[in-house]
Amino acid sequence: MPNQVITPTRMVLNQQKGRLKTALRGHKLLKDKCDELMRQFMQIIRKNQELRKKVETGLTDAFASLQVASSIMSPDMLEQALLYPRQSVELGLSYKNIMSVNVPQYTFKTKSNDVSDIYPYSFAQTSGELDDALDKMSKVFQDMLELAQIEKTMQMLAEEIEKTRRRVNALEYVMIPEYQENIRYISMKLEENENSTKVRLLKVKEMVLKDAGYK
Amino acid sequence: MGFKAVGLDVFPAVDDKEALEILNKLIDGPDEYAIIYIEETLAVNMQKEIDKYKESPVPAIILIPGREGSVGLGQSALKAAVERAIGTNILDN
Repeated sequence: MPNQVITPTRMVLNQQKGRLKTALRGHKLLKDKCDELMRQFMQIIRKNQELRKKVETGLTDAFASLQVASSIMSPDMLEQALLYPRQSVELGLSYKNIMSVNVPQYTFKTKSNDVSDIYPYSFAQTSGELDDALDKMSKVFQDMLELAQIEKTMQMLAEEIEKTRRRVNALEYVMIPEYQENIRYISMKLEENENSTKVRLLKVKEMVLKDAGYK
Repeated sequence: MGFKAVGLDVFPAVDDKEALEILNKLIDGPDEYAIIYIEETLAVNMQKEIDKYKESPVPAIILIPGREGSVGLGQSALKAAVERAIGTNILDN
């Protein structure tokens, strides 16, 4: 049952038919978009899960090494050793378009290319465990960066999928049935009008013929 | 602490209240941070604030395990996103 009053005229019928056509096309397009988003999303969550595991174990490991280092060295010494970092990271940000979702892409640049620059201290006064910990840290950092990118992408895709699916459902279960119902209603009404006009004409013809004395 | 040596900016926080303050400062501040890593243990009580930035491209707030090891919050964030997109959790295998 149409929930708003529609006037059963040919013009409205044509209008409704046009709308139905647009809705159907939109529905198909959105459904395709949703499917593709889902496909991308599946790939990303697999990768995300892997990376997260890797980062979590890597970090736990690095923290454990740092813990060992801090138990060997005095806290003051440790702090002093790490007080002024020699390395610094610059993060570049660009966007990639996945199915109209703009996801960030990170590029990062370290200030110096020398690998040994992650050690901001002289080796004379620090323990080897600290070197070890920092080495692990710098390795896991690469993965952390990738994780950040993937995780953000995943969150944004999840959001977009939810939105798209809602639109698809709204079209499929609300808009399209409504238009179809309206079209049915109008065409039935038009047919009814036509029938009543025909009957009236027949009746009038009969009356006219009778008056003219033909019967 | 170790992250400083790798070249990141480190902002130590004692509790989640302080962490939240720092987070807001970082986001609104003049320096543009694109990625912010937060220790899971600190992030437990600030989910709401973190979720606020989920849909905007910057900043990316990523949970990392703290010194005590992982408490699984990062994993659960992943699960939540999957559930949101697909409607059910398909990762339990």
